[in-house]
Amino acid sequence: MEGMTIQTQALQFFIACVTAAGFGIAIAAFGCGIAQGIGLRSAVEGIARNPESSGKVTVTMIIGLALIESLCIYALVVALILIFAHPQAASIAALFAHGG
Amino acid sequence: MEHPYLFVVKFFELIGFGHFAHAYPWVIYSWFVMIVLIILAFLAVRKIEMIPSGAQNVFEILISGIEEFMVEITGEEGRPFFPLIATVFLYIATCNLLGLIPGFYPPTASINTTLSCALTVVVFTHVIGVKFHGAKYIKHFLGPVWWLAPLILIIELIGHFARILSLSIRLFGNITGHELVLGILFLLAGAFFAPLPIMALGIFVALLQAFVFLLLSIIYFSGAMEEAH
Repeated sequence: MEGMTIQTQALQFFIACVTAAGFGIAIAAFGCGIAQGIGLRSAVEGIARNPESSGKVTVTMIIGLALIESLCIYALVVALILIFAHPQAASIAALFAHGG
Repeated sequence: MEHPYLFVVKFFELIGFGHFAHAYPWVIYSWFVMIVLIILAFLAVRKIEMIPSGAQNVFEILISGIEEFMVEITGEEGRPFFPLIATVFLYIATCNLLGLIPGFYPPTASINTTLSCALTVVVFTHVIGVKFHGAKYIKHFLGPVWWLAPLILIIELIGHFARILSLSIRLFGNITGHELVLGILFLLAGAFFAPLPIMALGIFVALLQAFVFLLLSIIYFSGAMEEAH
């Protein structure tokens, strides 16, 4: 990749990071949706089978959904780090400040 | 994205500590949450009566509810550790709910607050383990058979570090994500009350995340108190 200045390379790296963040959180949400759907299905089947256990089943289901959701939150935190708190953000910003 | 207007930070600017308040809003708002909780508790126990009413009633329902829930999972020997758990739960719930008020920054939206809560709980787990089992607490980390012990030790140590990470990042990610969504919706369509449904979801998420933190802390405590495998 000759002919590209260091600023162009830094910018391409940043673009790649932001694209990865977008795809990362999308795939995480996809997996999280399927997992929570399966958990919800079992909970609703349990309630349909035995309506008196509705209170306990609902509480257990909510706790399970929150724990599954936390896996998606981990992916969200990584995506936020890639976009905002990028590891090389300081040096890349310095590149753009001096050169240009 | 920077928070536009924070009331307590403005107050600190008035009394001269503006630089500190702008750099560390989560510390400032932690103090605010502490003052709110202390005032609420003081108001509730000013006149204790046998038949409670008003604020004392609310607090009795809350505290006895958490205590019964905890003793149900840990058994009777977990009762002395109830104050720590309940304090952490009330603190986190109030911090989370503070984020829904415009002009206030939730302290749990910073990894410092959540990491400190998670570290307290996990270190106390080990304190409980040593207190209940003495030096034999190490058997919790060694697994059922002796020839798998080195491998199981590494896995258990990584698992315990993962507990700290997961507790703190789960709470931090939920509240920060919520604040980000609110901020973006304000930018996009604030005049049309667009953030309102997200705020309704936010009440649910705030209480639920505090409850999940409580539940996981109780499960870790009971895991340290019970016999090894």
